[in-house]
Amino acid sequence: MGLSGQKVTLRYTIAAEDFISAGEASSHVKKTLNKLGISHELVKRFTIAMYEAEINTVIHANGGEAYVEITPEKLMVRISDNGPGISDIEKAMMEGWSTAPEHISEMGFGAGMGLPNMKRYADELAVESEVGVGTVVTITVYLS
Amino acid sequence: MDDYYHSVVLDNKLCKGCTNCIKKCPTEAIRVRDGKAMIINEKCIDCGECLRICPYKAKIAQTDTWDDLSKFKYRIALPAPTLYMQFANAPSKEHVIKALQMLGYDYVYEVARGAEIVTSITNRILKTESYPRPIISSACPAVVKLVQLNYPNLIPHLLMIKSPMEMAAINARKEFCKEHNVSPSEVGVFFISPCAAKMTAVKSPIGICKSNVDGVLSIKTVYFRMFKQLAKIKDEELPDSKQAGYKGVRWAADGGEAVALNTEKILAVDGIHNVIKIFEELENDSIEDVDFIEASACTGGCLGGPLAVENMFVATARTKKFKDSLPSNGLPIEDYEMEDYEFDCPIIHKDVTKLDTDISEAMKKYDRMVSICEELPALDCGACGAPSCKALAEDIVRGIADITDCIFVLRRKVRKLAEEMMALESRMPPVIGEENKKKDGDI
Repeated sequence: MGLSGQKVTLRYTIAAEDFISAGEASSHVKKTLNKLGISHELVKRFTIAMYEAEINTVIHANGGEAYVEITPEKLMVRISDNGPGISDIEKAMMEGWSTAPEHISEMGFGAGMGLPNMKRYADELAVESEVGVGTVVTITVYLS
Repeated sequence: MDDYYHSVVLDNKLCKGCTNCIKKCPTEAIRVRDGKAMIINEKCIDCGECLRICPYKAKIAQTDTWDDLSKFKYRIALPAPTLYMQFANAPSKEHVIKALQMLGYDYVYEVARGAEIVTSITNRILKTESYPRPIISSACPAVVKLVQLNYPNLIPHLLMIKSPMEMAAINARKEFCKEHNVSPSEVGVFFISPCAAKMTAVKSPIGICKSNVDGVLSIKTVYFRMFKQLAKIKDEELPDSKQAGYKGVRWAADGGEAVALNTEKILAVDGIHNVIKIFEELENDSIEDVDFIEASACTGGCLGGPLAVENMFVATARTKKFKDSLPSNGLPIEDYEMEDYEFDCPIIHKDVTKLDTDISEAMKKYDRMVSICEELPALDCGACGAPSCKALAEDIVRGIADITDCIFVLRRKVRKLAEEMMALESRMPPVIGEENKKKDGDI
């Protein structure tokens, strides 16, 4: 419980290379936020950023987990994976930079817009990564 | 005008209270209460899915009647392009127009012509940057209502121009009154419709303050009357109608609006459940390289409308003969001014989703909803009158249903009660004792 008393938490498992269900977690979060009456502009920003992170986890990281925390003050999602990790985060934040393998780019993914888009839509974006261990992406959007 | 007017209503006498419609409704706008279906007006988009699925024909689309024509001194018919494909005995659109004239209409203005005007205006708009891409067609009233209720982020994408029906109504009245020197109020403009939502679009329009259409007749209403006239028509009597070409007529079928445009970056989606999937993707920004989206609530486009008579596939096959016999465009189209075609009333989102206006309260309700859901069997049987266990949980926190509406929960509670009664039954106050109990039982 936060200081304000209220908190909604949601947890999802993101399957690796499952393009059919990719996006289901962010879609469910969107429906939840709409039920909570969060402004549509913020819902859009938060869920697009989360969608990008979710797709990244599907493509690059052998799947992972998403933990969403909603309070009257902010929306937060932490997506953690056991993937290969990012060796140069600064480079990964650049538009167009992608390590997606060819068969993924052919599907129209891997345009190198994932992290830059997350940054664009989130109020705060934190990327912690260790090569060989995994990556944790935390996206925050403030409600006020 | 009533904000919640709906053409789709229930005939209480015919409704058996089954669960077919509640399951099929794309916006979960129907519940069964006291053995009858009940439409939640705030959520209904008039798509007509329930009209199609109801086995007892208890869902009705309210339209005007043939007698309503007599309210006006002069009558104009606006045939939807779909009307042309309804008759096996109408070899051309001139036959259909002639049949309408024989039924007493003083003037016939093709909505297909209105469609060509809308296409020409859309082409002009596509050349500008005035809309975020993709632009979403506003021709299907059920889709516009869906966006207004459930996709507020997509409202700026909606094409803010009047529908082909409205453009046709404005022009028809103007032309007729000018030519015959009569007052506009003496003229009744009637749309002949395959669509239930068009009636709502006339009575309670979105995007325009007032409709220019005076009445809506369903194709079902005119079908047999026209069929009889069509049999009498001699070819030499046919009117010369060049108002619309194939491009306008083709609007009847799915994809017709999109293919008429000067861009190949089009996406045409039909069937309300498919439309919802595309709108979800659109909200994720995951649809790229599309300029224009044509979305029709009905599978097959307007030819699949719930008030059309002919089988949708048969009607679609008939579009071929129009392709062969018509020029691609009708009469040349003048340049319309923005004030002639643009919406004059903003589209404002109506939030029917949120659980509470206060976010903390909404969060409490959400938590409760999740825990109620865990108690429910997840069978989605519909016996409680809600379309799914999740919907029942939401109805409970909204205060319009009770947990015991679920027959499985009720059964569990009754069983528990019975067990408690059994346990209590064997107990007697110590002062009475076992001997007295037997006596008591003998009485």
